[in-house]
Parts: sequence; C-alpha cells; structure tokens
Amino acid sequence: MDELNKQLGYKEKEYMTIDSIDGEIATINFGPTHPATHGIFQNILKVNGEKIISSEQTVGYIHRAFEKLAERRPYNQITPITDRLNYCSSPINNIGWHMTVEKLIGAEIPKRVDYMRVIVMELARIADHLICNSVVGVDTGALTGFTYMFQEREKIYELYEEICGARLTTNIGRIGGFERDFSPVFHSKIKKFLKEFPKIFGEFTSLLSRNRIFMDRTIGVGAISAERAMEYGFVGPNLRAAGVDYDVRVMNPYSSYQDFQFDIPVGIQGDTYDRFMVRQEEIRQSLSIIQQALDAMPEGSYKADIPEFYLPPKEEVYNNMEALIYHFKIVMGETNIPAGEVYFSVEGGNGELGYYLISDGGRSPYRLQFRRPCFIYYQAFPEMITGQVLSDAVLTLSSLNVIAGELDA
Amino acid sequence: MGNNKTEEIIEFLNENFPGSILATENSFGIPIIEVDSAMAHKIIKFLKDDSRFAINFLTLLGAVHYPDQKDRELVVVYHLHSWTQNLKIRLKAFLPISNPVIRTVSDIHLCANWMERETYDFYGVIFEGHTNLKRILNEDSMDYFPLRKEYALEDATREDKDDRFFGRFKAQ
Repeated sequence: MDELNKQLGYKEKEYMTIDSIDGEIATINFGPTHPATHGIFQNILKVNGEKIISSEQTVGYIHRAFEKLAERRPYNQITPITDRLNYCSSPINNIGWHMTVEKLIGAEIPKRVDYMRVIVMELARIADHLICNSVVGVDTGALTGFTYMFQEREKIYELYEEICGARLTTNIGRIGGFERDFSPVFHSKIKKFLKEFPKIFGEFTSLLSRNRIFMDRTIGVGAISAERAMEYGFVGPNLRAAGVDYDVRVMNPYSSYQDFQFDIPVGIQGDTYDRFMVRQEEIRQSLSIIQQALDAMPEGSYKADIPEFYLPPKEEVYNNMEALIYHFKIVMGETNIPAGEVYFSVEGGNGELGYYLISDGGRSPYRLQFRRPCFIYYQAFPEMITGQVLSDAVLTLSSLNVIAGELDA
Repeated sequence: MGNNKTEEIIEFLNENFPGSILATENSFGIPIIEVDSAMAHKIIKFLKDDSRFAINFLTLLGAVHYPDQKDRELVVVYHLHSWTQNLKIRLKAFLPISNPVIRTVSDIHLCANWMERETYDFYGVIFEGHTNLKRILNEDSMDYFPLRKEYALEDATREDKDDRFFGRFKAQ
C-alpha cells in the first residue's frame, strides 16, 4: 500500500496543528445539534488544541422503536416506517421491504416490475450520493456545488412525485409492484433528466475532483484500511472506497440486476477523497443502468398477480366484488402471511440494507430486524478521527454519509 | 448458492463440533443451524479462521423472544456471510430468560460491538466479555428491555381500545 501511494503521488498527511498553550486537554461536544453533523448525533471529543485525542459517541437521539412498531402493523403499513430509515433514498428502503415480503410469500414478479424498480432504485441512489457528495463539498467550503446539485436532486424528487405523488418519504410501490405504470410525463421527464444531468454533474465533478483545495482537504483524511473496514462491518461505497468490491447487486442479484452492465468502482486508500470519487462514479454507473433499463423495458404488467396482497385499483373496488373484499382485507390488515423466516438484502445508498423477517403466520411480523448499514459502520468513527484535527472529523462524518434516521431506527 | 455447500458446511460443523449442533433447518437456501450457546463463540471463530469456508463477515446480530418456550425464551441470531464463497449461514443460540448469558463475539468480529449493545438494550441478553456493555439507543435509566414480548405496544392502561382488533397482543 505504501509503495502504491508513493507511485500515485499521495503523501503522508502532514498536519499543522497547534497544541493548546498550557498543554491542557479540553472536552468539547461535537453535536448533537451542531450544524456540521448533518443530523442528531453527539460526539464527546477530547482535544489537545485542534488535535482529537479520543472520542465517545452517543446515538439514539431520534430512536423511534421501528422494530417494535413493526410487530403490530400489517405488512402494508410497514412500508412508511422504512421510508424513515435512510430518508435520503427512501425508495430503496420501500422496495427492499416489498421484496422481502414477496420472497416470503413466494410471489412471482413480472420482469417489467423488476426493471421499473431498478430505475426507481438507481434514481434514489443518485439522489443519495448527490446529497452526500455535495455536503462533503460544503464541509470543505465549497457551497456552490451544493446548491446546483440540490436543484438536480429536486428533479429526481419530481420523478418520484410522478410515480407515487410523494417526494421525501415516498412510500413508493406496493407489495407486488407499482400502483400504476410509469406515465408519459414520467418518461418525458426522465428523458430530459438523463439528457441534461450528465452535463451539470460534469461541472460539479470538475469543480471539486481535481480542485487543489478540495484534494488537500480530503486526501488522507479519515482513512481506513480494507481489513479494518471489513472488521467494522463496512459495506457499500465506504467499503468500496477502501478497495473491496463487495456489492449486493452483483454478489446476490435481485430485481434482475444481472441483466445490466455496470462497473463497481473501488478506491485505494479508503479516505474521504476515495469515498467521494467512488460515489461520483457510482452516480455515472446508475445513470447508465437507468438508460439500459429504459431501453430494454419489457412488456407486461406493472404488478404481480397476488390479489391477496396487492391493493386493487379504486375503480375496481367500486364495481367488483372480489376487489372490494381484498381491498377490505388488506386495508384492515386481515391478510395472513405464511409462517417462516427470511433475510433479504438490497444495496442501499449506504450499502447492504437487510430485512430479517420472522413471521408466525399472523397479520404482522413476529419480529422484524433491519440491518442498518450506518449503525454498524458508525462504530469505526472514533478510530478514524483519532489523531486528526477537528475540521477533518466533520469531513469524515459527512463522507461516511451517516444518516440519523438509519442510525437510530 | 447450491444445496451442496449448505450440506457441506453442516457436515463440516458436525465433524468438528460433535454434539454442539443441535438442529438444522433450511430456509430459502440458507442453513439455519442451532448451536449450543456455550459453543457459539468457538464455532464463529473457527468458521472465520477456517480457510475452506472463510466466513469472514458478520452481517447482522440480533435476538428474538419466544415467551412460550420454556428455558429457551431468548435466541441470539448470528447472520454470517462468506464473501469468497458467497455462502450465508444463520446460527442460533437459545438462552433461558432467567440467565441470558452468552460469550461476546466482538473480539472476533469488531462490528458485533454495537449490535451486541443493541441486543442487550432491547432484549437484556448479557454478552460476557464485552468491553462496554451498556444501553445504546434507549436512555441509560431505563429498567426494562422493551422488545420483549411482555411489553405491549399500546398503553396497557387504556380501556377504550381492544387490542385484539388492532394487533396481535391481547389487552393486558
């Protein structure tokens, strides 16, 4: 690794730190409501001047007992809970949950639904990574990129709106597919987005990726080796930045991901710069996946044939006896799910997002546990910032993309 | 993931830990292996160090509460994943609720640290040898373990709402 770094021209990060004048160690609160934490988490830092000596984390400020709530709710009503895990990419959470239930009930999902889901999930991944990367920019002092990228994120939200009517907490789709097919407006909007976004995104990339100030601020900051990252349970872009190409979409393809051609970008050093660059490249790969899915969109239905679980369209409810019965059963949560236990995972914005569902044959899960990637890898944060300066801790935190909703569930 | 591998690993464990594998079951292609709770630590370490399966990653650790099973009320579930073989297994270790003590695996898989704290927080499973076993998501002064089944979600003192119609729990 050292040899490689030398070849690439990376040098050991040199800090110009000022020790405290009287050599005293101060204890400061970084968070819970500090603007630079981008969420509600507290770090109690011991600092000598600017240098961090140790850090202790407090989590749980927005704990909402989702796992307990889920034990009473019918399956359809759990989808809105999953919205609020990683709220930067809620469609991935929603669809992951739908697919978990579908796996347990053994539903056969039409190919068209798979492709539609891939489009929505990749849009969500772009939105997630855009937020993370533009915020990394903000933390280095570059606010411009952030404002432009939020405009682009807005366009993705408009696409969600076109599909399901909601924006942030989307509650998108249903168990078995979508509530309706993609509208012509959606198609024209996504076409426009795919055409215009790469240019604006390229401008954002050129603003930061070879920017001297940005590189000096990020290279070597908050680095973690591949071995340590795996020990700490890193997944997703943060692990890939350390050089391990683990991706659920490739390892255990779901929703027809095996049909698409895409690359898995990996970093070398596992530092903030690599995490930034991996996310940048993943956005480009996601765009390519969306294009492929749109081009090869199979004909067929936008929903699976599982009347017991799929809420029927309202027009049918008023005119069709069976639809009325199923509507009532689903809305009142009277549909039982077969007994069994299943673990299903998708590649979320932050990596392997898992659902461990145990059903005893009732109307709500006996136990539902979320594998929340943030919660698991946030443990490594003290190790990553010890010995660094305070301003680098801010950058490390934002480049890890720790989302409070996912952290605390 | 073929069935061969799942059978192989069960056989492999039976050979190396005779008597510690109490039951096996297959759920959606993933072997669920019930192990002796005293041996869980050894088995997980063995699986990680073993070169053939190299089960290097602890995906998830959690617990489930089954109040009706006498002396096997709590179960600690380990989701393990071998990235080289793409082999997933699930280990289960049952514990009596009167003495829910199991050895920590945070010395094998660092990421278990917080997951064990979370499991302690919600189920009261005590992980022996854990360096910092205290509540993580709930506040420190809490004196019960909220995900255990005896705690109904609704306020138990409410009389205006019959829980039987709104969930699985009977009004208490």
